[in-house]
Amino acid sequence: MRKNLIIFITLAVLSFGLLGCPPKEGTGNTSTSAAGGEILVGEYGSMTGPQATFGQSTHNGIMMAADEVNVAGGINGRKVKVLSEDDQSKQEEAANAVTKLISQNNVLAIIGEVASSASIAAAPICQSNKVPMITPSSTNDEVTRKGDYIFRICFTDSYQGEYQAVFADQWAAASAKPKTVAMLTDVKSDYSQGLAKVFTAKFTALGGKIVGTQSYANGDSDFRSQLTAIKGTNPSLLYVPGYYTDIGQIAIQARDLGITAPLLGGDGWESPKLIEIGGKALEGSFYTNHYFYADPSPVVSGFVQKYKERYGQTPDALAALGYDAMKTLADAMKRASKLDGPSLRDAIGQTKGLVGVTGTINIGPERNAMGKKLVIEEIKNGQLTLKATIDPAKGGKVEMNNAAPAAVTTTTGGPPPAAATTTTGGN
Amino acid sequence: MQEILQNLLNGIAVGAIYALIALGYTMVYGILKLINFAHGDVFMLGSFVGFYVGGYAARHLHTTGGALGWGYAGLVMLVAMVVCGLFGFLNERIAYRPLRNSPRIASLITAIGVSFLLEYGGQFVFGADPKRFPTLVAPHYIAFGGLSVTNYQIIVLVVAVIFMGLLQYIIYGTKFGRAMRAVSFNFETASLMGIPTDRVISMTFIIGSMLAAVAGILFGLSYPTINPLMGIMPGLKAFIAAVLGGIGNVPGAVVGGLIIGIIESFIGGSPLSGYKDAIAFIILIAILLFRPSGLFGKYQAEKV
Repeated sequence: MRKNLIIFITLAVLSFGLLGCPPKEGTGNTSTSAAGGEILVGEYGSMTGPQATFGQSTHNGIMMAADEVNVAGGINGRKVKVLSEDDQSKQEEAANAVTKLISQNNVLAIIGEVASSASIAAAPICQSNKVPMITPSSTNDEVTRKGDYIFRICFTDSYQGEYQAVFADQWAAASAKPKTVAMLTDVKSDYSQGLAKVFTAKFTALGGKIVGTQSYANGDSDFRSQLTAIKGTNPSLLYVPGYYTDIGQIAIQARDLGITAPLLGGDGWESPKLIEIGGKALEGSFYTNHYFYADPSPVVSGFVQKYKERYGQTPDALAALGYDAMKTLADAMKRASKLDGPSLRDAIGQTKGLVGVTGTINIGPERNAMGKKLVIEEIKNGQLTLKATIDPAKGGKVEMNNAAPAAVTTTTGGPPPAAATTTTGGN
Repeated sequence: MQEILQNLLNGIAVGAIYALIALGYTMVYGILKLINFAHGDVFMLGSFVGFYVGGYAARHLHTTGGALGWGYAGLVMLVAMVVCGLFGFLNERIAYRPLRNSPRIASLITAIGVSFLLEYGGQFVFGADPKRFPTLVAPHYIAFGGLSVTNYQIIVLVVAVIFMGLLQYIIYGTKFGRAMRAVSFNFETASLMGIPTDRVISMTFIIGSMLAAVAGILFGLSYPTINPLMGIMPGLKAFIAAVLGGIGNVPGAVVGGLIIGIIESFIGGSPLSGYKDAIAFIILIAILLFRPSGLFGKYQAEKV
């Protein structure tokens, strides 16, 4: 009797934990976007939960772009209204949020998510309802393969992972270290698994060796046992393609155990929280990113300045991509022959030469942004500095930034000096 | 060999935290036959109290980036214990006591409700983003024979052992402990014998919540990222530990916590590292199927 009760209770609690709470109510606007009033655009993102800064930054970027579009006269006179839904950093909630935006709010198009797992969960729903979806920053290749209504304005993991491998190879050569890398990947994340696969293929093709592979689950606190196993393999670099929430802890515990190899990661590291949590343990570590916030080009510096005036903090890459996604959508809505799903889909697919903060956006045949620039940032003295730039327009070589490090604060406090160092690229 | 020892050391440090949380589950179960699922979130609350008190002290002392030192670390722990103890008291008084004579499932569902209240209310009040726990004591690494231990791991173990000893003393060495054991043995008879059962139950919640607060501070010290949902996983693991040791059995909870910690640590270091959580839950299911009374449980057939 009691045995059954405990089993029942356990199952009940586990399933409660998995299901979580219903999504937060958004604006209860039911007017259709086909009417002459506002054009409704849906956004779903991780406003709360472990990856909260992803969703919050993206949201800030989207709102800033939407306001700019509206101030400049809207879409042929009609204003854009963004309805936001929180998915609590959960894939299943992402699917719920998108269903709600489409079936209850009748949005014309959808922007989201950052985490690839969430985008993969929501994309089929957008596809089957013929609602175009633009992901600002999901890099996993699978996302846009979900259908012809799904677009992406950032680079993909097969691109990012490959350049991480090229960088790791060149870095090892330049610092006269053996080409050995140990990996620690997140089993819960499509993003992490996808990147690890691409990196392994390219790095071994370049003659490098993966000496150890361990995994963890996003949200874990203790990584010491995995790191203990990795320590025994004595790698030159520790490749951790995860999210910022775990990276700081991993770095701290790696240093505790006496692992001195720098960490290398991807754009999932991008968050103001990264250095706050990891602190000194992250010194000398690298990650690939979509833009460098101290890039002196007028597009970037103008964006950074406006963002800081509005939100009082330095925009991270996810804010920049959210901004670019909204601008891409607005541009397509202006060009679309009609404001319905199929016409808008065609218009987004024809996006060419749109100047964005994260580079020029050209949507290719596979609905991905083609030839976007990639930067590699290094954490030095608790600040982000530009380590290398890869610009496909300039032959796609890893160009190391050997100028003096840009001394720019990354905290929300002080303003960065406008005159940063010379950076390679900038178009 | 070195790796095995290192994993063992890491596992004991994690296990000690699980054990402290498991004690709260097992004490409440022992007395009320209630699985207080909000307990993992009380642990989170303890961490957040530490975060705010420690952060306030750091700003006050202008030790940006530096450590607060032992005195303040003790103070932070004390405040967290008081706040969580108070919460435990109010939780029982407001949410569980009115339901004491209702079917057991009613209190259980209430416990799940309180848990959600803390998790999602916590996101609202504290903010959903992860926070950096203040540095209470400066970190040191001790390396010997290829092994590496941090002073945090030693602190966790020492503090946990002190509090477990204290609990053992309260239960077996004081009059109140005797009352607790009597209530746990038979609630009605104990009340007929003049034992103030309400007070005993309140105290049990207070003590259990205080232990969760200690675990929360120790957790923040060793893994300095905290967020309002951080209590879910350690809470479930501690629940597994309590069931493994035999729910209602105090020494069983400690042993169960250590076993879960060590098993996790070894799986984490093996090629199966991705299945760490899955294996912990498989253990739970296996115990429930084959030995529902746990390793040391006092499982009695229930008269229906």
